[in-house]
Amino acid sequence: MADTMELRDIEVWDGNMAASQALRQVQVDVVAAYPITPSTPIVENYAGFTANGYVDGEFVMTESEHGAMSCCIGAAAAGGRVATATSSQGFALMVETLYSASGMRLPIVLNVVNRAIGAPLNVNGDHSDMYMGRDSGWIQLDSYCPQNAYDLNFIAFRVSEDHDVRLPAMVHQDGFMTSHTAQGVHTLTDEAAYNFVGQYKPMNDMLDLDHPVTHGVQTEEDWHFEHKARQQHALMTAVLPKIQAAFDDFEKLTGRKYNIVEAYDMEDAEVAVVCMGTSVETAREVAEEMRAQGIKAGVVGIRVFRPWPLEQLAAVLKDVKAIAALDRSSPHGTVGALFNEISGTLFNTDTKAVLTNYIYGLGGRDLTKAHLVSIYTDLKANADAGKVTTPLQQYIGLRGPKLSFF
Amino acid sequence: MSEIKKIKNLKEFSTSADRFEGANLLCPGCAHSIIVREVLNATNDDLILAASTGCLEVCTAVYPYTSWDASWIHIGFENGSSAVAGAEAMYKALKTKGRLKQPDRVPKFVAFGGDGATYDIGFQWISGCFERGHNMMYVCLDNEVYANTGGQRSSSTPIGASATTTPAGRVSYGEKKNKKDMMGIMAAHGAPYVAQVAPNKWKDMVAKIQKGFAAEGPVFINAMSACTTEWKFAPEDTIAISDLATDSLVFPLYEIINGTELNITYRPKNIIPVRDYLGAQGRFKHLFTKQYEYLIDEWQTRVDKEWERLQRREEARV
Repeated sequence: MADTMELRDIEVWDGNMAASQALRQVQVDVVAAYPITPSTPIVENYAGFTANGYVDGEFVMTESEHGAMSCCIGAAAAGGRVATATSSQGFALMVETLYSASGMRLPIVLNVVNRAIGAPLNVNGDHSDMYMGRDSGWIQLDSYCPQNAYDLNFIAFRVSEDHDVRLPAMVHQDGFMTSHTAQGVHTLTDEAAYNFVGQYKPMNDMLDLDHPVTHGVQTEEDWHFEHKARQQHALMTAVLPKIQAAFDDFEKLTGRKYNIVEAYDMEDAEVAVVCMGTSVETAREVAEEMRAQGIKAGVVGIRVFRPWPLEQLAAVLKDVKAIAALDRSSPHGTVGALFNEISGTLFNTDTKAVLTNYIYGLGGRDLTKAHLVSIYTDLKANADAGKVTTPLQQYIGLRGPKLSFF
Repeated sequence: MSEIKKIKNLKEFSTSADRFEGANLLCPGCAHSIIVREVLNATNDDLILAASTGCLEVCTAVYPYTSWDASWIHIGFENGSSAVAGAEAMYKALKTKGRLKQPDRVPKFVAFGGDGATYDIGFQWISGCFERGHNMMYVCLDNEVYANTGGQRSSSTPIGASATTTPAGRVSYGEKKNKKDMMGIMAAHGAPYVAQVAPNKWKDMVAKIQKGFAAEGPVFINAMSACTTEWKFAPEDTIAISDLATDSLVFPLYEIINGTELNITYRPKNIIPVRDYLGAQGRFKHLFTKQYEYLIDEWQTRVDKEWERLQRREEARV
């Protein structure tokens, strides 16, 4: 039996420690991992818990991220609670296996500390890896700060392991900005944390020796379509209600309220910024300042990136006149991922908003309040004109000649 | 420690367990199914199995059917080893936590992969599993070619064989490189047990599989798997071809214990010429021409030297 850890009500943790503590508290059965910056401390902290008797599961240090997720898949199929962490190139190396995990309907929690993908090599935060995972069939939850990284892990385990869901889940946090920034984090006791997620309930587990199961079969045109459709059906119908229920229960337990779409000052907003990660909190602060200047500014933070909360987002954005989608990833030959998602979300609605795309913060470049002021100023001009008065896609915080497209 | 299964004769052995069904899509004459049955039938213990992408995998778990009456998982081409390692880690975790459903039963963990999955693409994963010391057996079904995808060379393909990506032609005798020494590499991991087996020598195979299951830690079994389709021989000749391979010493049967102690486990009474082995297969047909006949002599020299090396290592006990 692992020892419990006495935590203060508020601990000063960075995002990595917050994630590690959550993994310890839910008493993961198998963690298989390969360290990579900036997610390395998640694994190191966990190793420390193991070395000091706070964890009694298996901790497997594999030879690569691909091996780590392969091991996690085998462990999950065997029938127990499984988690790992990664970033960037490591995430990219895992991608093949991510599809296997979701295709086999295996609950696994992956903490992704978001980081740019090379070349050029870069260890700092952006959302390139998160976006790379968007078609992999995983649930994707996004943190804005260490507190979120801690809390969303509990949500992720609970939803992922639900027998109506049985899909793996990622918890994202911004590389260095969240992962290495210490803040006060409100904690749960070990007992309360474990009870919120509950003991793992196996389903089709390989270790039930009286009931052999076959995982990872071959299907061709005769069955593949049905399997993928069922997987998508579960993702689109079961997951959001389960997340909402988990958020509601979590609020009852902690008083901390989470929403599938985090709308700030959106009730009467004329202009809105839609973004993810740490930028949400910066944008929120600037929006408040813009309101003092008479601009009805709002912020929409994406909390659940997959499954995409189409209806919730459309409802939040229905009355705005101008929207900026902020993408922290190089679009590589198209418009930004969030821009695309929001375009698709609003197309069949009555919204008359104009939508523009800002690419920012690649490879850890700061997004400053001044940048957001200029974005809101653009949005105000678009709202007043009722049309796009600026380039459709532009970079913010980029040195050298101004680059813009469309 | 579970009891070692007693095996009387081949007839009884071949029907002593049915955890791998005859109903599968493997080619008639494929040695894979013979080897798999020999491995699984060597024990009465519960089994947790994995397969890498390859002939065995695509032919035995085509939804909604399965040939496996034991828990089985496939993820990808390269990671059958890691899949079983993960399951083994979960077994250990649940044992520690007292949550095993049948705590008195100790399953064996086995991964199967072809030579492509083993010698090439999955090499890193296997190496990782062996270095970490998972309690598992990895069985390579070594048919010396990417048979599942239609006959491309792998790093197990022997020199002079004609494969689709190294075809014999007017100016080429086919594969140019010697087969990778996977046995030596796996033994160098310090694995407690590493052995080379062939389906025709079933008693030798059973003894080695049972030794492997009794060992604590990762076990590597390299099983010669004659491929009627890519080696180009008649389906009914699988065992005859296997006899030629072991009796010509092209595929010597031996084991390496704890990375050092080497034992030769089969010494043919009459060693037959390598020429006879090569001549029985279409993939070496072009060697029997004036242009390339010198390669047959080189083959014989290489096999003789390797046999000499194995015997010296056996004597040296190092």
